[in-house]
Amino acid sequence: MSELILELFSEEIPARMQVGAARDLERMASDRLKDAGLEWRALRTFAGPRRLTLWIDGLPAATPDRSEEVKGPKTSAPEQALDGFLRKTGLRREQLVERDGVLFAVIDQKGRPTSDVVAEMVEQVVRSFPWPKSMRWGDGTLRWVRPLKRILCVLDGEIVPFEIDGVASGNVTEGHRFMGSGEPFEVVDFDGYRGQLADEFVRIDSGERAYVIEEAAHAACRNVGLELVPDQGLLDEVAGLAEWPTPILGEMDPQFLDLPPEVVRLSMKVHQKYFAVRDPARDGLAPNFVVVANVEASDGGKALAAGNSRVLSARLNDARFFWDEDRKPGAIDGWLEKLKGVTFHAKLGTLAERGERIEALAREIAPMVGADPDAAALAARYAKADLASGMVGEFPELQGIMGGYYLREAGEDAVIVDAVRDHYKPQGPNDTAPTAPETVAVALADKLDTLVGFFAIDEKPTGSKDPYALRRAALGVIRLILENDLRVPIRRLAFMHLWLVTERIAEEPMKALEGLPYALVREAGGDVEAAAREAGWEAKIDTMFHGTRDLVAFFVERLKVLLRDGGRRHDLVDAIFALGDDDMTRVLSRIDALSAFLATEDGTNLLAGYKRASNILKAEEKKGPLPTGLPVDLAGAPAAETDLIAAASHAAAEVEAALSVEDFDVAMEALARLRAPVDAFFEAVLVNSDVAEERENRLRLLGRVREVMGQVADFGQVTG
Amino acid sequence: MPEQPLSFQDLILTLQHYWSEQGCAILQPYDIEVGAGTLHPATVLRALGPRPWKVAYVQPSRRPGDGRYGENPNRLQHYYQFQVILKPNPDNLQELYLNSLKRIGIDPKLHDIRFVEDDWENPTVGAWGLGWEVWCDGMEVTQFTYFQGVGGLEVDVVSGELTYGLERLAMYVQGVDNVYDLRFNNDGLSYGDVFLENERQQSEANFHGYDVAGLKRRFDDMVAEVERLLAMTGPQGQALVLPAYDQVLKASHLFNLMDARGAIAVAERQSYIGRIRDLCKACAVEWVEQERERA
Repeated sequence: MSELILELFSEEIPARMQVGAARDLERMASDRLKDAGLEWRALRTFAGPRRLTLWIDGLPAATPDRSEEVKGPKTSAPEQALDGFLRKTGLRREQLVERDGVLFAVIDQKGRPTSDVVAEMVEQVVRSFPWPKSMRWGDGTLRWVRPLKRILCVLDGEIVPFEIDGVASGNVTEGHRFMGSGEPFEVVDFDGYRGQLADEFVRIDSGERAYVIEEAAHAACRNVGLELVPDQGLLDEVAGLAEWPTPILGEMDPQFLDLPPEVVRLSMKVHQKYFAVRDPARDGLAPNFVVVANVEASDGGKALAAGNSRVLSARLNDARFFWDEDRKPGAIDGWLEKLKGVTFHAKLGTLAERGERIEALAREIAPMVGADPDAAALAARYAKADLASGMVGEFPELQGIMGGYYLREAGEDAVIVDAVRDHYKPQGPNDTAPTAPETVAVALADKLDTLVGFFAIDEKPTGSKDPYALRRAALGVIRLILENDLRVPIRRLAFMHLWLVTERIAEEPMKALEGLPYALVREAGGDVEAAAREAGWEAKIDTMFHGTRDLVAFFVERLKVLLRDGGRRHDLVDAIFALGDDDMTRVLSRIDALSAFLATEDGTNLLAGYKRASNILKAEEKKGPLPTGLPVDLAGAPAAETDLIAAASHAAAEVEAALSVEDFDVAMEALARLRAPVDAFFEAVLVNSDVAEERENRLRLLGRVREVMGQVADFGQVTG
Repeated sequence: MPEQPLSFQDLILTLQHYWSEQGCAILQPYDIEVGAGTLHPATVLRALGPRPWKVAYVQPSRRPGDGRYGENPNRLQHYYQFQVILKPNPDNLQELYLNSLKRIGIDPKLHDIRFVEDDWENPTVGAWGLGWEVWCDGMEVTQFTYFQGVGGLEVDVVSGELTYGLERLAMYVQGVDNVYDLRFNNDGLSYGDVFLENERQQSEANFHGYDVAGLKRRFDDMVAEVERLLAMTGPQGQALVLPAYDQVLKASHLFNLMDARGAIAVAERQSYIGRIRDLCKACAVEWVEQERERA
């Protein structure tokens, strides 16, 4: 069994591309080798600042012999077709095999030496590697992410010979740019390769580099009683910037600690790629940072730390400039003015217009979430102001956060400050959803404006493309509602908001909304569509509701994903959503009650009964319209029939009462009591009676049962 | 590091000497205001076409909007870049570059030298390339680029471009925090002695002095001149690309001055940049033809 080592040695590969490159190398190499019929015991790839490495162990010396059958012409085909086939296969007529009137050529392929296959594989990989960006260099035509200097390709200790545009394969590599010996060395096997590189100050494994950084950085802080502020994204990046990562604790000028800690941290991270350091004694940032150098400097890193510290001071001086400028009196109003000239989206107006919409919507939402409408509206008015500030211009990540600081400095109430600061939340699965009512109102308005707007102009997420992060926004809305146990009619809000958005869009479909009274939507309660229909808008309903229907469906999808991730059955989500309720909190209680009910014996049996009733009704529906009206007690009817009629009536009343107070468990209990009479009915009574009157009455009864159950959930959507 | 770190002018002399040893022609600064050393015709035009080219030069860069009246320790409206072009780029360009750092007193065993991804782009001259910012202890000291396109055209042969930020590098080498405190020479002269007054006066002119109507008029004149010159031919029948390109540079500087005066509305901005880029492209297209003939 053979061992292959391939190293593509280049000038510095961008850190952000390394992880993907290791994956692509693995995929491309395995695909090519598998196609050639090779198998192996183990395969690994590594990526670092200057090299991509592929290691495969347990390869055979050659690919297996293969025999391939190629279909040729029919025996009845003209002479020319046969001649052509013989030419193509290089065989004679008598070597062909005949089967069912068709000629076949059997072509035996001898196995090929693995080294030949490897040479071809490397050439294909190099020539078609999917770098996000690639370049030419010198006067050559080869493309790579940066100039490709050398290809090491060793199979079982021997060079696999090939050449790609002047880069010849070999068996040498070299160590660290500054700390290594500077002499290229020969490689025979992987242990030697990895070992000697380590001796030459190169760690080829990104996981190992990240581990070393984390351990050493924590240790450097701990030794002086401080704590590293962990940052996974930064860790991954710096692990791609050094072959021999060496964390060093540096000191910064403590005068900068009066800047907001977010600013200091981001200045360190974005511009300098430093980790921030906390001082547990003062429960805040320490005047320190951790830089991950690529060298173990001969002076222990003193000069290097001092240099970095000076650069950081210059950076923080810039930040201080913004901080001072931004806090000048009148700055915030100036930003609001400036936003009038900043486009949010060509079809959705300026940021100032977006601000106005959010303000109006936040005011509508406020009473639904227990917020003061004036406070929510005020916070919403200021929510986007900081986008025009100097600091957010420099660090877009600080949107909201800076707005909060600046409003506090300007003497605004804590309620407003918090709402502005936190209104972008929750930003991801690890972020918390705000709970303060005014913040919730602004956060909901912000996200709904985004969603309604982009759905209205048909910019919906497709597949993996979601450029406006609408999935995150929808999930944010759902979490805000569920985690705060809010009662918010999503469909109605979305449609109401479409009003404000529509004022800005001159697109044809939206014209349909002109003239539809806002009051109608506002007062419509749950079902806007029904209200619009009643008000005589039938003809335009489809155009009008197109955008919001899609949006509601989008919410349902997101909610399903969320509930499924939380371990709930998505068919139950469908069963409840089919009822048309857009109150997510209520939907969730219903799902939980339904789920609990279906877990009981009564539940499973009743579900079976429901399906049976439903199947009968469906079959009958095909023959003609089902009889309408309520079932009656016919003279001489079996007890099981009259019992079920009585039980259905009871259940109907009980379910209605329970639903009106939103006690879904009680509604389920009412249904549970239907189980025995339903079972008894199917046991004792034949629906398809020869007597028409009996048959119709029994169909009415089944319809009644289906209808009562349908108040609670669409059991037809429940699987199993 | 040497006993006494290099003065500002010695830093320049050292780099010039070093790149001269590598076979570069050492040019003097171009005599038209430019926003970056790249805009010198020795880079923009010579990077086009198939002929090899090795050059190094100091170029004052004018960024009218960056003036701070001499009051900011790091920002200037006039500063120096040291520009190196090697076409085609040699295989060992990184090594040559690192040796130049050693020559000016930066020991890579003592300092942290990194090549951090930075894909350079100058939309005004339609140029782009792949490369890095070179960091020394966290400070960007050089832009290192492999040119892939210039004037909107893909290059025939890739040039390696090094742009050293001389003031930053000198501040680093000398360990000073304020650019005006740099030792300019070894005879007691500081950078401030040479340039502080210039920053004060030029900043005022850039932000409040120049006559906007006049700038606009001259911009239009320059644009017309480029078109006129490109339509003319020289003694060998060639279009007058070099003088035309000079006028592009002047137009570009006039645009920067208008911008600093706050005279460019947001909506106009793209159109101005577009005009300069188109003129630059017209020069580039013509120049490539000429270069291919001359090769």
